[in-house]
Amino acid sequence: MVSIKEKYEAIIGLEIHVQLKTKTKAYSSDGVSFGGKPNTHVSPISLGHPGTLPFLNRETINSAIKLGLACGCEIRYENQFARKNYFYADLPKGYQITQDKTPICNGGSVLIKDNEGNDKTIRLTRIHMEEDSGKSIHDLDPDYSLIDLNRAGTPLLEIVSEADFRNGVEAYNYLNEMRKLVRYLDISDGNMEEGSLRCDVNVSIRPWGREEFGTKVEVKNLNSFRHVQKAIDFEIQRQYDLIEGGEIVIQQTRSFDPVKGETFLLRVKEDAQEYRYFPEPDLPPVYVDDAHKEKIRTQLPELPKSRLDRYMNELQLSEYDSRILTETKEVAEYFDKLYAKAPSAKSAANFILGYLKAYLNENALEVTDFPISPETAAEVLLMIEQGKISHTIANQKLLPELLKNPEGNPGEIAEKNNWIQLGDEGQLMEWAKAALEAYPEKVEEFRGGKKGLMGLFMGEVMKASRGKADPKKTSALLNKLLNQ
Amino acid sequence: MNTYDHLTDLRKDLLDGKFSCMDWVNRHIEKIENHKDLNLFVEIFYQEARDRASVLDQKIKQGNAGKLAGLIVGIKDNICYKGQGLSAGSKMLENFQSLFSATVVERLLAEDAIIIGRLNCDEFAMGSSNETSFYGPAKNPIDPTKVPGGSSGGSAAAVAAGLCQATLGSDTGGSIRQPASFCGIYGLKPTYGRVSRHGLIAFASSFDQIGPMARSSEDLAAVLEVISGSDEYDATASQSSVDDYTSQMKANGKYRIALLKETIDNEGLDPEIADHIRKQVENLRKAGHKVEEVSFPYLDYLVPIYYLIATAEASSNLARYDGVHYGHRSPHAHDLESIYKLSRKEGFGTEVKRRIILGTFVLSSGYYDAYYGTAQKARKLITEKMQLLTNKYDFIMSPTSPGTAFGIGEKREDPIQMYLEDIFTVMANISGMPAISVPSGTHSNGLPFGIQFTAGNFQEGKLLDMARQIK
Repeated sequence: MVSIKEKYEAIIGLEIHVQLKTKTKAYSSDGVSFGGKPNTHVSPISLGHPGTLPFLNRETINSAIKLGLACGCEIRYENQFARKNYFYADLPKGYQITQDKTPICNGGSVLIKDNEGNDKTIRLTRIHMEEDSGKSIHDLDPDYSLIDLNRAGTPLLEIVSEADFRNGVEAYNYLNEMRKLVRYLDISDGNMEEGSLRCDVNVSIRPWGREEFGTKVEVKNLNSFRHVQKAIDFEIQRQYDLIEGGEIVIQQTRSFDPVKGETFLLRVKEDAQEYRYFPEPDLPPVYVDDAHKEKIRTQLPELPKSRLDRYMNELQLSEYDSRILTETKEVAEYFDKLYAKAPSAKSAANFILGYLKAYLNENALEVTDFPISPETAAEVLLMIEQGKISHTIANQKLLPELLKNPEGNPGEIAEKNNWIQLGDEGQLMEWAKAALEAYPEKVEEFRGGKKGLMGLFMGEVMKASRGKADPKKTSALLNKLLNQ
Repeated sequence: MNTYDHLTDLRKDLLDGKFSCMDWVNRHIEKIENHKDLNLFVEIFYQEARDRASVLDQKIKQGNAGKLAGLIVGIKDNICYKGQGLSAGSKMLENFQSLFSATVVERLLAEDAIIIGRLNCDEFAMGSSNETSFYGPAKNPIDPTKVPGGSSGGSAAAVAAGLCQATLGSDTGGSIRQPASFCGIYGLKPTYGRVSRHGLIAFASSFDQIGPMARSSEDLAAVLEVISGSDEYDATASQSSVDDYTSQMKANGKYRIALLKETIDNEGLDPEIADHIRKQVENLRKAGHKVEEVSFPYLDYLVPIYYLIATAEASSNLARYDGVHYGHRSPHAHDLESIYKLSRKEGFGTEVKRRIILGTFVLSSGYYDAYYGTAQKARKLITEKMQLLTNKYDFIMSPTSPGTAFGIGEKREDPIQMYLEDIFTVMANISGMPAISVPSGTHSNGLPFGIQFTAGNFQEGKLLDMARQIK
């Protein structure tokens, strides 16, 4: 049987809405926060009361500029706002303030991995600023729909991609990149479950080689990155089955049922929606000049991609390690501080990917909650490197002690607890000789090829030293003696 | 206790203790109640006015009364005053109370003005006769069978009848100046952005301005000085500093004036008014001003440009009155769509519906470019032409309105005739320039009429000087 992949090409575009982390709403001074009681973060402005006017939140504009610069977009000088007119119960003004013909960012791109792990560039069409609507809740009351306007007026960025995706994995990877980016830039929580990052997808398929696009289907109400991926892959299969079965794809909006893993029909678009866009007369245009743009550029943090390159090229870390280290800005920042004082980048990376990650996972914590400072952790790594303590002592004794007492000095703690290993060659030689003398026949067996007996001799030395013998030096001495 | 045409005289008598603020307020309340037949007040703020009067009497004794102490002000029923009703003359907001005060109200109160009530107006300020009000037409105090003009009809008539020292109106296409002309008082539309719109119920956002109405140009200046200035709640409010109009208006300037030929030659203009204006031109010349007749061949385009843009904006601004969150909700509604349809059907009057439908149409895809888009281009062109004129001349002079106050009911059935009431006034709104209507004469029919001066942006001081010089 011929597979879909051989016969059809899927064309997928994404629209992401990112809720900004500004202190106040997009066009009013109400507070913004997730999870407040319904209708408690409201004011006459976000309620759309008669006589209220919107006013501009500069943070929203600066956030848009940050994201635009990070994606290499062109930043527009003259920014107009527009009204998108439609009636809905959670839209108190009867229109949404957005940008229509003059989005603040045009073009730009994001680099992702395709489904085979190769680099792929996703082009952006535009990024524009707009305000969020409230929330309609249809399933709490048997007779009424309930409305929560806490969210109404919170600032959003809408990021529209070109239809450059070909499968669900790419969309998943793109969302991951985008979330990483907005978190690095500190403009959004990027949390899909809490709704601070939302995604709609457009999917169509066409036979390979055909120029003209197939009929587009929009899928909404996707609550996680995995759902986005699954919805896309389901949609591709559904459209393929339709076409192969001699039917046609009808332009429509669908939703996703995560339990069944299927998309289902929401509404068929009869006509293009009539939003009667026109320039928002209550907000004068906002001008972003070069000086302001450059000022924002200097405030940008090091971005994930350039960090990744730096770790791989300058620090010679593997791509795998580098990716994990750059996954969040916080981990990358911890790593940067750690390796600056640690014996090597590799030892710093190993500490984070090993001990630190394990600790965070076990305790469901974020790196910012890790009690041991990177400077202290670096001291521990140095002590290991210098042979003052063993890995085992570090992991099982010293670090747990530091977790309890993060202000403590690692050297002093190790000293006090007698954890410093013995590196004195004279003493080690005495113990090594004693160990070999205790088992003359085993020495013979070793020399006869039973190399596994090294553990026995090591164990004897450790016993004699009460675990404090430097294992590296001990093993070197034993080898020397045994091979004489 | 007479009426005062100048706040300075009133203030002197109050400070001299000739009568108290409380007496003054009570006298006005009595007068307002005696004139109930004129249907000018939607609501009288008895308690608030008296409370403030008693505070003010204390302040006067202590010698720290504000600039507008004793000024009894009425506000048009589309300006928010916290805790008070606010209806924009519409059934839609019949029982609505505002949660906040307009910036202009805050500023008036901060200078110790006494706000005595809210005044009848056309529904959502849409009308030129005050007849579209849900509360019925306000009547002209000079002849109660005539309209007071609109949409700030109640505001103009209350000043003319001596029920208020000054009032606030709003002017989107002439709604301060035309009723001022019909009632024989002064009315000023400030430069767009001079006065904050925060707390003004929006009709057409890019035209709307709040402005003062009074019996003298001096009182206009006193109120304008207080209500003007930048405001963080209105992004379109100008940042430029507010001039000292009271001083500027004493400049006694000799001005260059462009009399628009197309306005006095207009076939719709009452010939008596045309003759009067020609005589005024002679007077002005004798007084040392330079008046030239200038052609402005765009007059016929102004009303269409204005109505296309104003209705487009209105269709969007009035979308919020949907019965969901506040205002009239139809008792017959049973789901979201019927809440919208029935509440708006029952809550809005005919003229408002007409304009919403027109505005919705001109913004529709397929028509946008032809109507809204073209109107915006024409607006820009007109503004440029007017800027050329105001670069060359201090003022553009014209009649305020084609005629004197007409009879109640006379034009109600003819929206086009009604829209042409705005023919001379909309140019100031289209361009954003300030304009004033100055009472200038009395027609043989016994009714007053005004002449209009328009100036370059932020030249209110000069306009007031000109108005003061008109006899």
